[in-house]
Amino acid sequence: MRYSETGFNLEIDLTRGSIDKVETDPRDTVLYLGGNGIAAKLLYDRVPPGTDPFSPDNLLILGNGLLNGTPVPGANRLAVNTIAPLNGLMGHSLMGGMFGPELKMAGWDRIVLRGKAPDLVYITIHNDKVEIRDATHLRGKGMYDTARLVKEELKDNRAWVATIGPAGENRSYLASIDCGNSSAARTVGPVMGDKRVKAIAVRGTKDVNLAHPAELWEMCSRLRKELDANPNVGDWMAVDEDDSFHHNNFSWGNSRVRRKTFWNANLEERWRNLKYDHMSRQTGCWNCPKACHNVIKWPNRRRFSYKCYGKDTYHMASFQELDFTYEILPIAQDLGLDSYSTPQTIAFALELLEAGILTEKDFPGMPADVRGRFYYLLNKMAFREGIGDILADGTSRAAERIGKGAEKFDHNTVKKFEQLPIKLGKLNPAYFLMIATGEDMAITQIEGSFPQDPITDPELKEEYIRKWVAVPDKKFAEWFRQWEKRDQLPDDAMVAIVDWNECMHYLDDSLGFCGFVSSFRGQFGGTTGYHVWNMPQIITHALGVDFDKDRLWECFQRNRNLVRALNNRAGLRRSMERPPEDHWAVRNEEYEQQLLTKYYDFKGWTFDGIPTKETLEKLSLGYVAQDLIKRGILTGNEVTALNDARAKKEKP
Amino acid sequence: MMPEPRKRSHREGDVTVENDRKKTRIVKDIKVDTKKCVGCRACEIACSAFHATPKFSSVNTARSRIMVVIDEVRDIFVPIRAGDYAMAECNGRNRYVIDGKEYDECTFCPASCPSREAFKDPDSGFPLKCDMCESVPPLEKPMCVDACTFGALIYEEREEVVTEEPKMRGEMEIGLKALIKKYGLKKVMDTIARVSKE
Repeated sequence: MRYSETGFNLEIDLTRGSIDKVETDPRDTVLYLGGNGIAAKLLYDRVPPGTDPFSPDNLLILGNGLLNGTPVPGANRLAVNTIAPLNGLMGHSLMGGMFGPELKMAGWDRIVLRGKAPDLVYITIHNDKVEIRDATHLRGKGMYDTARLVKEELKDNRAWVATIGPAGENRSYLASIDCGNSSAARTVGPVMGDKRVKAIAVRGTKDVNLAHPAELWEMCSRLRKELDANPNVGDWMAVDEDDSFHHNNFSWGNSRVRRKTFWNANLEERWRNLKYDHMSRQTGCWNCPKACHNVIKWPNRRRFSYKCYGKDTYHMASFQELDFTYEILPIAQDLGLDSYSTPQTIAFALELLEAGILTEKDFPGMPADVRGRFYYLLNKMAFREGIGDILADGTSRAAERIGKGAEKFDHNTVKKFEQLPIKLGKLNPAYFLMIATGEDMAITQIEGSFPQDPITDPELKEEYIRKWVAVPDKKFAEWFRQWEKRDQLPDDAMVAIVDWNECMHYLDDSLGFCGFVSSFRGQFGGTTGYHVWNMPQIITHALGVDFDKDRLWECFQRNRNLVRALNNRAGLRRSMERPPEDHWAVRNEEYEQQLLTKYYDFKGWTFDGIPTKETLEKLSLGYVAQDLIKRGILTGNEVTALNDARAKKEKP
Repeated sequence: MMPEPRKRSHREGDVTVENDRKKTRIVKDIKVDTKKCVGCRACEIACSAFHATPKFSSVNTARSRIMVVIDEVRDIFVPIRAGDYAMAECNGRNRYVIDGKEYDECTFCPASCPSREAFKDPDSGFPLKCDMCESVPPLEKPMCVDACTFGALIYEEREEVVTEEPKMRGEMEIGLKALIKKYGLKKVMDTIARVSKE
């Protein structure tokens, strides 16, 4: 018997219509855990470089974190991975809610989709009974109607249905995959549409077995109460009505304008009423003692929920207020468009119109008011009509297609991926490294364990350090102790901090933890729920294989290097690792390049940002090293970045 | 960690004679505050783990004796506990409108019945029924309540005075009455007289 996982992948070839139950190798679990780790391995083994993301050979993997479906509170993230059409690199998105755990109780660790259905289909999974059904009658339907109709057809209102909307069907690069209150919103939706899978319904009634039942339950029961009582975990935006942080510091429009004095007490009171007058309740994900989703019923709209910064994106992109977000969000969600990149792309299009790069002729029949324009473009993008066909590719790709100087307006993407709209003054070295090198693409998927700012009061600082159990090594506490100014820490410290931040996200994404109880929340208050000291014990009790901190850390390094190698194979190199030029007003190219070299060296990568043969071999990734050598990406004789002749030319 | 064993050792149905006449028993209630339910299903998880053999060895919410009816779009979040087995579906069902929201009767119904999959063991099909986590030693509160950090499930014990019930008629008396009703008193008496001589 397998513990904590089912030991089976559901492999569906949509071209042939074949459905296979494939037993997995338990040795892979110990090496890669689950979630994005196993997915990276599958993509590395089975999708050769150069594969068109829109080819039947690409895989779409919906993979459970190792701890999903167990009693471990806050573990429910389903990692959705593929080769992303947006940039040809590994696409990575996370979906909370219920779909992952339900899939596990149906007896599956993950779904691996390949091929392409001849026409629109949906997949139903009820334990071992898996069917591919015709979905042509669902074409063009929104998320909500699709899920409702599928449940009606199955006569099972306990099924969880992950669907794409029209945006996904039309392979918009901004399309998301949604299930209930949760969404896998980054770069993976168009592949589901390309494979012509409208929806996947899952219902499970099998046991998820646990290796050390009493010990695991004791731990989880205690953790549940700790998380519940801990104000430093969960999404503070669900409860804190003071949102001056985002509105005063993030940029409005197409990441363009900072309104440093936007927030005020009157506005806060008005928005508070707007929210509570329309809020039905807050809801949570599977087995989590935090309820981070606000459920809103707005007049003439179906009830919907949002979480986190999703509350701000539409009204900030359009210079409106919260009521506009409440009004447009249920419609945008229903169309299946990601609420981070979509509003940015719309604002970008309106900027191009203003600049004369696009003209009124490109927007036939568009209303004059900004709200009307947002609705107009939303629909054009979801159905790829007219200019919407170009905009549906996202800011970066659309700028390339439009040309005529539009490229200059694409000023907030890294590796073509839309970033949070932040434009700041002075370079922050740790953030430079995270934005430049992150392959989870979004900063919120990389930052989070080390605080963003130093504490100046010595007593408070010591108090913070005393309570800081999450620290994986004393050196971090020491650095924090001597830290005075945000951008001033030794480079060695900056590099190690980025590594730790990344570590926690990679562990979360392979184990199934939500960042809000783990990787993302260490930076605020220092008492996050999960860290490298309690995770190993949890895995030991759930999986029945002894884990300790070092073994777990090695899993992170293995997964991190595997993702890097996969992306290197797809063409990722040093030159692509650049934050937007205007991300900070004051830049220092020479210093940034030195930082990058030091970071690569710390990671055991070459000057070009590729893991060396030694690095890969140390992590049981010898097969990857061999493959990279065979393909001429490595020679096998490379040294790490600082030992490279090119590094020695850089001034110290 | 299970909820602490409770101080008193009452079990449902235990009747305590406090003085010569007054008798009390403990009634266990779970108050459900549907406004506080967030739909996390921690109650289902705790229930299924507690009732697994060995205890806590698996999670399978289909084995749970509590189920959260979730419909975010209609804002319906109702945890219901498994009650008695019903041989047949209802002949008709009510639809309740409460605070402008429409609920069908099944949303509140605890029965394990042929109309739905709920509250049946997924392997054997046998009906499942909430046992309030009766165990030795007894728990302070049922597992689902302990798992609900949102206060949607609140456990309450109350003492109820047992009223002196009229003496129940025995089985034989009921049977005889039925026979008398069917055949008349005289015929029954005659038959008894005859049978007693045989």
